[in-house]
Amino acid sequence: MKVDRLLLSSLFSTSLLLSGYTSAGEKIMVDKEDYEQLKAAVKSLMQASESNKQALMNAEQVAAKAAASAKAATETANRVDKRAKSKSGFANSKGRISGNEFNPAISLILDGRYTDIDNSELALPGFQLGGEAGLPDNGFATGHNELAISANIDDKFFGSMTAAIVQEDGETEFELEEAYLETLGLGHGFTVKGGRFFSGIGYLNSIHDHAHDFADRPLVYDALFGGHLIETGLQARWVAPTDFYLSLGAEVTSGSEFPGGSNNNNDGLGFFVKTGADINTSSSWQLGASYFTTDFDVREAGGHAHGGGATADNELQNGDVDIAGIDFVYKWAPQGNPKQTNFKFQAEYFIRDENGHAEFTEGVNSAEADYDGEQKGFYAQAIYQFMPAWRVGVRYDHLEADNRFANFVNGGIDQDEFLEESGLGAEDDPNRSSIMLDYSPSHFSRIRLQYSDFDNGHGESEDIITLQYIMSLGSHGSHTY
Amino acid sequence: MKMKFLYSVVLTLFMVSAHAQAKLNIFACEPEWQALAEEIGGDKVNVTSATTAFQDPHHIEARPSLIAKTRRADLLICTGSELEVGWLPLLLRQSGNNRVQDGQPGYFMASEQVERIEVPEQMDRSMGDIHAGGNPHVHLDPNRLLTIAQAFTQRLQLIDAENADFYEAQFVHFSATWREALKGWESQATALKGKKVVVYHKNWSYLLGWLGIEAVADLEPKPGIPPTSSHLVALLQRVETEQPGAILIASYQDDKGANWLAEKSDVPVISLPFTVGGNEDSMTLLGLYKNTLSELLNTLVSS
Repeated sequence: MKVDRLLLSSLFSTSLLLSGYTSAGEKIMVDKEDYEQLKAAVKSLMQASESNKQALMNAEQVAAKAAASAKAATETANRVDKRAKSKSGFANSKGRISGNEFNPAISLILDGRYTDIDNSELALPGFQLGGEAGLPDNGFATGHNELAISANIDDKFFGSMTAAIVQEDGETEFELEEAYLETLGLGHGFTVKGGRFFSGIGYLNSIHDHAHDFADRPLVYDALFGGHLIETGLQARWVAPTDFYLSLGAEVTSGSEFPGGSNNNNDGLGFFVKTGADINTSSSWQLGASYFTTDFDVREAGGHAHGGGATADNELQNGDVDIAGIDFVYKWAPQGNPKQTNFKFQAEYFIRDENGHAEFTEGVNSAEADYDGEQKGFYAQAIYQFMPAWRVGVRYDHLEADNRFANFVNGGIDQDEFLEESGLGAEDDPNRSSIMLDYSPSHFSRIRLQYSDFDNGHGESEDIITLQYIMSLGSHGSHTY
Repeated sequence: MKMKFLYSVVLTLFMVSAHAQAKLNIFACEPEWQALAEEIGGDKVNVTSATTAFQDPHHIEARPSLIAKTRRADLLICTGSELEVGWLPLLLRQSGNNRVQDGQPGYFMASEQVERIEVPEQMDRSMGDIHAGGNPHVHLDPNRLLTIAQAFTQRLQLIDAENADFYEAQFVHFSATWREALKGWESQATALKGKKVVVYHKNWSYLLGWLGIEAVADLEPKPGIPPTSSHLVALLQRVETEQPGAILIASYQDDKGANWLAEKSDVPVISLPFTVGGNEDSMTLLGLYKNTLSELLNTLVSS
C-alpha cells in the first residue's frame, strides 16, 4: 500500500512534468484506477517519442528511487494530499479568467516639503539654465509626485513609464519623465532600450529624484543637464563576460532636450562605461566614465523657475555641446549587511564644452554675440546610516564657468546687461554645502531635514532649510547600486 | 590602430568567457542553495553565492560584482517567493543574460517547488514586510529540502544533459545520507516537542513547525520592522506569562533587542546559524541541521 502510494505520487508528478504542468494543482487526488491509467499512459508515451526517451528514463529512475525510499516519499505524498485538499476549496475561483491577473507593478511616490528660502529663483552666473533646473518655492509645496507603472510585457520585453505630477505657480503639470521598453532575452550580455529614458551617463542621472540622498539635485546636474539628461531614442548596453564588472553603453537619441535643442538630425550621441567590484565582503565600488554630444539649431534658455521678463527671448543658435564626466561610488556595510549601519560615498565631475550664436531680445532691444563656453562642476557626498532607520549626510557642490564671446552686436542692450540677462556671463563660482538627516521607519517612508548654505555666485550667500517627506505606495521597485 | 586594439580586447573577453564555460556556472542567492547546488553538482559545477550567512537576504545591494556573476550564470538557484524582490529582478535586467530570466530553464526558485506556509489572506503594507507567496524561508524543513533537491537535480539534468547520470548519482547519494541523518534528528527532536520560544523574524517557522516548537512572540513588531522599545516592553509581559525556553536570532540579525529581553526576563538568547556558514560548525547542510538541533537541545532540554 505504502509503496503503491508513492510510486503513484512520483509517477504522477513525473507525468505532470512531462506534460509541462508547472503546478501540481487540482488533479492530485488519485485512486487506484487513475494509477493504472497513468501507468498505461506513461508506457505508451515511452513508446511514442524518441526525444522523450531520456526524460522518461529519468522519470523511471526517479520513480524507482522513490519506491525504495519509503518514508520521505510517504511524507511527500501526504503533503501533496494536503495541498490538494487545501486547494480544492479554491478550485472554482482558480479556473476563472479575470482581467486583472496580469496587472503591472504600480508605484506612486508622494513628495512634499516645507522650504525656508529667501530667493527661490535660481540663477547661476555663466550657466544658461534649462530643463527643470530651479529652486523650490518658499513655504509649503508638493514636489515630484511620481507615478510609475512597469511590468514584463512578455518574455522578450520589459516596459516602464514614469510620470511626474507637479504643482507649480498654481498650475498642475503632468511631465513624462520616462516611457521605454527594454529587451529581456537578447542574451550574450546585450540589452536594448528604446523610447524616452533618463540617459545612462553619470551615476545619478538615471536615478529618479525620490531615490536621491538629498532634497535637491547636485548643482552640476541642474546647471549642465537641467536636472536630468532625458533622451528619446535608443540605448544599447553590453555586460562583458568577465570576473569583474564591465559594462559598455551607447545611445543614439534625438538630442533635442536641454542641453541640446531643436534639431532635425537626431544628433544626440552618448557613450558610457562602468566598472566595479567588491573590495571585500564589506565594501564595493563602481567607477564610470561618460560622454554626450549633440547639436542644435535653436536652444531656448530658461528653466521653469524663470518667471519674470515675459517678453524676453533668450536663445542659442546653431550650436553644439559636448559633455564628459566621471563618476565614482563606494559603499560599505559591516559584513555586507546594510541593515544596521552602512556608508556610501559618491562623487561626480562633469565638464561641458558648448558654443553657438547667442541672441538676447527684450521688447525692441536686443544683443547678440558668438559664444564659446567651458563649464565644469562636481559634487561629493557621504551618507552614513548610524542606526537602523536613521541616516546623516553631507554634500559639497561646486561650479565653474569660463565663457568667451566674440563679435558682440549692441542692439539697444549693452554687453554687461547682455551677459547678466542671458545667464552666460560668469562671475564667482557658485557652490553649496549641505547637511541632511533622514528617518525611514520602513522602506516605504522617509522624512528628511536638510540645511544648505548656498553661495549663488553673485556674491550672495543664503541659508536654505528643507523639511521633506517621500512616501512610496504600491509596488516598490528595486534600486540600482 | 585604435580599432585594432579594441577588437583584440573584445576578442580576449570572448575567449575568457569561452574558457570559463567548461563548468556549469551556478549563481545561488543564498548560502543554503549554494551548498545544495554543490552537493548535487559536485565538480561539474561552479557555484557562487550572492549573500553570506551574515547578510539579510531581504536586503542586499545589487552590486557590480553581482551583475557580472549573473551575466555569466547558466543557472540561478534562489529562494523566490519575493524574498529577493529588492535586488534580483534588477540583477536579471542588468545582466543581459537570457539563460536565467524568469521562465527559462536557468531560473530555479527553490521555495516554489514546495508548499509554503503563512500565505497571507490579505496584503497591506501596514502589516509589515510580508510575502504574497507565503513564508519563503523553506530551507530549514528537511523534508521540503529533499523535495527541492530532487527538483533541482531534474533541472540540472535538463540544462546539462551530458552529465545527467552524474547528477542522478549525486542526488541518490545525497538523499540517502540525508534520510539517514533525518532519522537521527527526528528521534533527538522528540524532546523538543511542545517547547516555546521567542523569535526575531518569521524565518524560523518551518524549522519550528518540523520540530513541534511553538513561537509565542516575535521581536519584530511587524515582519521586517526592527524591534522598538515599546514593543519590547510589551513582549516582556508576554514572556513572563508564556515562559518560553529561549529567544532565537539568526547570525545576521541584530542582537540588541534580544539581549535586552534576555537580561530582563532571564530567558537565554540562542544565536543560530540559520544558513550554511552561519558558524564554524555549519559549513555544510548536514552541519547546519546538526548544529541547530544541538543548540536547541542544549538550551531547551538540558536546562
